[in-house]
Amino acid sequence: MPFDIYDFTSFTQWIDTSLRSSMSPAGAVAVEFLIVGVMILLFYAVIGLFLVYAERKVCAFMQNRLGPNRVGPFGMFQTIADLVKLLLVELVPIRNADKFLFNLAPFIVITASFMAISAIPFAKGLHAIDLNIGVLYVIAVSAMGVIGVLLAGWSSNNKYSLIGAMRSGAQIVSYELSVGLSLITIVILAGSMQLSEIVNAQSTGWFIFKGHIPAFIAFVIFLISSTAETNRGPFDLAEAESELTAGYHTEYSGIKFAFFFLAEYMNMFIVASIAATVFLGGWMPFHIGSWNGFNAIMDYLPPFIWYLLKTFFVVFLMMWFKWTFPRLRIDQLLTLEWKYLLPINMMNVLIMAFIVLMGWHF
Amino acid sequence: MKSIIDYIKEIISAVWSLLKGMQVTGYYFIRPKTIVTQKYPENRKTLVMMERFKGEVVMPHNEKNEHKCTGCGICEINCPNGTIEIISKTITTEDGKKKRVIDKHIYRLGMCTFCALCVKTCPSNALAFSQEFEHAVFNKALLTKVLNKPGSQLMKGVE
Amino acid sequence: MEEAVKELIDENQEYVINMGPQHPSTHGVLRLVVSLKGEIVKNVEPHIGYIHRGIEKMCESITYPQIIHLTDRMDYLSAHINNEAVCLAVEKALETDIPDRIKIIRTIMSELTRIQSHQLFWATYGMDLGGLTCFFYGLRDREKILDIFEETCGSRMIVSYNCPGGLMYDIHPNFQNRVKEFIKYFRRTLPEYDQLLTGNVIFRERTMNVGRLSLEDAISYGVTGPSGRASGFSCDVRKHEPYSAYDRVKFNEITFNDGDSYHRYLVRMKEMWESMDIIEQLIDNIPEGPYAVKMKPVIKLPEGEYYQRVETARGELGVYIISDGNKNPYRVKFRSPNFVNLSVLNLISKDFKIADLVTIGGSLDLVIPDIDR
Repeated sequence: MPFDIYDFTSFTQWIDTSLRSSMSPAGAVAVEFLIVGVMILLFYAVIGLFLVYAERKVCAFMQNRLGPNRVGPFGMFQTIADLVKLLLVELVPIRNADKFLFNLAPFIVITASFMAISAIPFAKGLHAIDLNIGVLYVIAVSAMGVIGVLLAGWSSNNKYSLIGAMRSGAQIVSYELSVGLSLITIVILAGSMQLSEIVNAQSTGWFIFKGHIPAFIAFVIFLISSTAETNRGPFDLAEAESELTAGYHTEYSGIKFAFFFLAEYMNMFIVASIAATVFLGGWMPFHIGSWNGFNAIMDYLPPFIWYLLKTFFVVFLMMWFKWTFPRLRIDQLLTLEWKYLLPINMMNVLIMAFIVLMGWHF
Repeated sequence: MKSIIDYIKEIISAVWSLLKGMQVTGYYFIRPKTIVTQKYPENRKTLVMMERFKGEVVMPHNEKNEHKCTGCGICEINCPNGTIEIISKTITTEDGKKKRVIDKHIYRLGMCTFCALCVKTCPSNALAFSQEFEHAVFNKALLTKVLNKPGSQLMKGVE
Repeated sequence: MEEAVKELIDENQEYVINMGPQHPSTHGVLRLVVSLKGEIVKNVEPHIGYIHRGIEKMCESITYPQIIHLTDRMDYLSAHINNEAVCLAVEKALETDIPDRIKIIRTIMSELTRIQSHQLFWATYGMDLGGLTCFFYGLRDREKILDIFEETCGSRMIVSYNCPGGLMYDIHPNFQNRVKEFIKYFRRTLPEYDQLLTGNVIFRERTMNVGRLSLEDAISYGVTGPSGRASGFSCDVRKHEPYSAYDRVKFNEITFNDGDSYHRYLVRMKEMWESMDIIEQLIDNIPEGPYAVKMKPVIKLPEGEYYQRVETARGELGVYIISDGNKNPYRVKFRSPNFVNLSVLNLISKDFKIADLVTIGGSLDLVIPDIDR
């Protein structure tokens, strides 16, 4: 049976029919759940390890350093070595800590990012769950991680952790608005909240080009506010190393710390994928108007590669921010959101609605 | 109206300053030649230390196993931390004279602050700094060194 | 759980946290007991003495040339200037004439020390504010000065290059070329520092109007160096009481009137340009001559009290020696700039946020071993 690497629909359907023919429908669904779960778990682990390595290499190159270069060629297995170390590290018990919440917090953080990744379309037909309110679902689920951060800060019985957690709370509550509004700008343009629909609507041109200036402004705002939402870069107030030592995860060690660490990188990957999906055309290849020859060449690259390229482009941008800018103070962080991003965003939504109404977009 | 224009100007100048910062990091990112990291244990063979580098105090010996130390003890007096200890002995020379010579020149590397006063004040230039910098040992006792080699003698012509 | 809550909140409803002795932003073993209300700093109480080595007491039992290597270990970032202070005090007491060559070499080395100290300030200040890349750029350029030191003095940081009466060794034959090369290189990279950090809107917002120190407070607390000059306190010893070769070079004393963290930072950035100017004026004019005056083997200061002040990278360092005519001083007292500068921390960081405390502490550029001595 020939499989099209550009379209996974036939492949998934073939699996579904062959499973259903050999067992009961309930069993088939259970097996499919298992396959999808294992696939996402593997993907999650591989991408997480790779991102940690990539971050270290990118920041090293920006800082005139070599970065990891000891374990394996170019230090490729450095993160695996780190993971092994983190697995072996003793889990230090904290006196007077709220044991249950303390142990629960890393799982909430990692579950939230795990749930968000399932809604992202990786390629045509390669999509764990295609919700008709995909955008809303992703925003809702990715905001759940902050509960874990708050619990971690509260239950650690550490003053630095508590300050970090409170900062994180204030940060997510405000930046959630900007993320939502900038995505709504594109939802207005696409006319759908389903992520697969949004990608399909971009087959004639990416939304960042299609939607004139408002789409570009929305993209920039999404980048800024999603960086803030993932507690990264210039917005890493919750862990602010030079102020709060390590913020909310000061007291965590071993694999529990690794969960926070991995979740941070995966959140970055998730928001980058959303940015790529919503603004940069998801797995759609890059096409320019009527240059048919050029477009045909672009079509040769499989969609999954296109998706990864775009995502890593956004990830690189976020790393570039992080390793260039100093950190904001908490009041400046809120000023940026409420005095700058939110008004601009609201104006932007109005302008976009007007453009769509008049049919001025491409 | 003016306030709105100022508001927009403020945003543009702020974004411009951020982009200028990103230009610097971007410049170095695409130029791997500017990397300054040295791969230390690998380049150990080609590593050249500065000739004046104060690694540790040594007593140079010539090929006949002779040194210049007369055992006068000036280095011991000048050392601020008691790093140097000189044990001398009395020998009878060929022409029957009794002479005080050095038995052991003890140098405690663990206490040395590399102020170079011993090397500078030595009247017969018997001490020098070596460029050796890998001092780590597993036993503290190994840091106490005897600088004159066994069986070594005072160089002829040095008083 | 109840007990945990009670522990967190003390009677005055103040949230007391310990910053240090092990904390990334105190740059050493300084301990700040900070009382917070929410994020607002209400009181800062510095606790010092974690790296007290009794240097002043140790000086009483060793000879004058031996004191030099202890002064290196006070303010380790201005090691050469500290050395020079003791040497100048001893030379003043003995009324030794110092040849021009020594004076000029000392001045060049002092200014190189000042540049490397300010580079490290820039690097760590960027790191305190969260811009980690600054740290590596600063250290990358500082390495070039440390190489110059290594070639001439044999050490990189703790140079011990001075001795009463002159220098330990002559300058290395490569010295002048290397310094010129460095100046050329650093004139190119210093604008990058401004591009990366000084102009950055986040940095300006973080530092401007934060930790304002008025001129009156600067003078009454005795805050000197770049921190004092940012408040408009003209306190540059190099200008007001020139020592070594500072009377024959032209340079500007950088002063501002704002006295906030941003201007404390700016003074240091501008001083790097001035230091480069000073070095350029002197580097080609090193006269021939001996590198040290012949001193007696055992230096004994005549009975009396001697004071010498110099401008280190952080402010005015005073060396006060009482001699009773022996080869050991009777008493040595160092007026260290950092100890004095630390005293204003509580005054200027009140009612700012905890993140600003890091900004203010960084802008005072404290070196803890100099505080504790």
